[in-house]
Amino acid sequence: MTEGVVSGAPQGTPAPDPGDRLTFLLAHADDNMVLSQRLGEWVSNAPELELDIALGNTALDHLGVARALYTYAGEVEARGRDEDDLAMFRNEREFTNLLLVEQPNGDFAHTMARQLFLDAYQLLLWDDLSHSDDVRLAGIAAKALKEARYHFRFSSGWMIRLGDGTEESHRRAQTGVEHLWRFTSEMFEGATAGYRESWAQTVTGVLEEATLTMPTDPYQRSGGRSGFHTEHLGSLLAEMQWMQRSYPGMEW
Amino acid sequence: MDAAQLPGDGMVSVTVDARAVVASVVDPEIPVLTIEDLGVLRGVETEGDRVIVRITPTYSGCPAMRQIEDDISAALVKEGFTDHEIVVVHNPAWSTEWMNDRARQKLEEFGIAPPTAVEEVLCPRCQEPGPRMIARFGSTACKALMVCSSCGEPFDYFKELR
Repeated sequence: MTEGVVSGAPQGTPAPDPGDRLTFLLAHADDNMVLSQRLGEWVSNAPELELDIALGNTALDHLGVARALYTYAGEVEARGRDEDDLAMFRNEREFTNLLLVEQPNGDFAHTMARQLFLDAYQLLLWDDLSHSDDVRLAGIAAKALKEARYHFRFSSGWMIRLGDGTEESHRRAQTGVEHLWRFTSEMFEGATAGYRESWAQTVTGVLEEATLTMPTDPYQRSGGRSGFHTEHLGSLLAEMQWMQRSYPGMEW
Repeated sequence: MDAAQLPGDGMVSVTVDARAVVASVVDPEIPVLTIEDLGVLRGVETEGDRVIVRITPTYSGCPAMRQIEDDISAALVKEGFTDHEIVVVHNPAWSTEWMNDRARQKLEEFGIAPPTAVEEVLCPRCQEPGPRMIARFGSTACKALMVCSSCGEPFDYFKELR
């Protein structure tokens, strides 16, 4: 098995050092784990029952991807850690997810803006990785790609509906986009640098149709991939990990 | 075991009995379909007395997978196959094209529109075309909710996934 992780990138993404494979797997597992936890917070709280189910379903897809990546990461690491160990027994500083996915849900428009940014990114990521020489990773990515397309249809559809809706929904959608904009550059650090242009094209297309304005604020936050997080991750992990930390190995 | 390994690599031929036992396990959420009908069952092999079952999730986070694993295990143990292993594989990714004709017919009889392009969905009750999509995400990860424009019946549509 070839160890190159990113291959076949249409934008000529450089393959990361093979030694970084574990780092790469954990970063993307963490993205999906943390976002899944955030989306799960909507269950029983969404504006409509259908949205409740949609967000719950999307959360489950991200959780499934996280599980597959953690399991693989555990095998690559070869220290006997399984998916649960990696999700539940690492601390905040060890999580390397994007700052974007740990941001609080806010209102529904804010959640959809976060999802749109992330979906547009994952569409490129999974498409790229599905051509990887690493067949295990390619398999996980090919599956995730099918799901990401569905997520994107949902998030872009809602951003258009909200942006091009009432004055109030427009205002909220624009606020979400502007608030989260500062966390977008981080997606294009390292191996995924080549995605930026395609990503911006996709997002611009959706925002234009939604009559929303693409922010131009150059101020950007970063640090998630190195384990330096915003204040929000700690409390998310505390809630997510509490049960396993209190009763290690418990099952139900 | 490398989950990406394709079925049959370095293994002896499929044991018909063990395969029949596993193939009869039904999906916990759509009990008219077996896991074989759904295309979730990817292979059954034996290594000596050991039975190795490969399954693949319909969706990455399908919460029924654990139940399916338990059901396979219970079915095998009941027939004396105590030594077995269930491997979840992700490659190739599951597709609704793997669902056989029998499965499609059973779904329709059960009141679920079988997977096809959204524009081609027929109401499973009155067979009329042109139902309306109510919710892209339905009662399970693999289904969406539609309503018939003719008879007014709301129904589940098994989403097409290629």
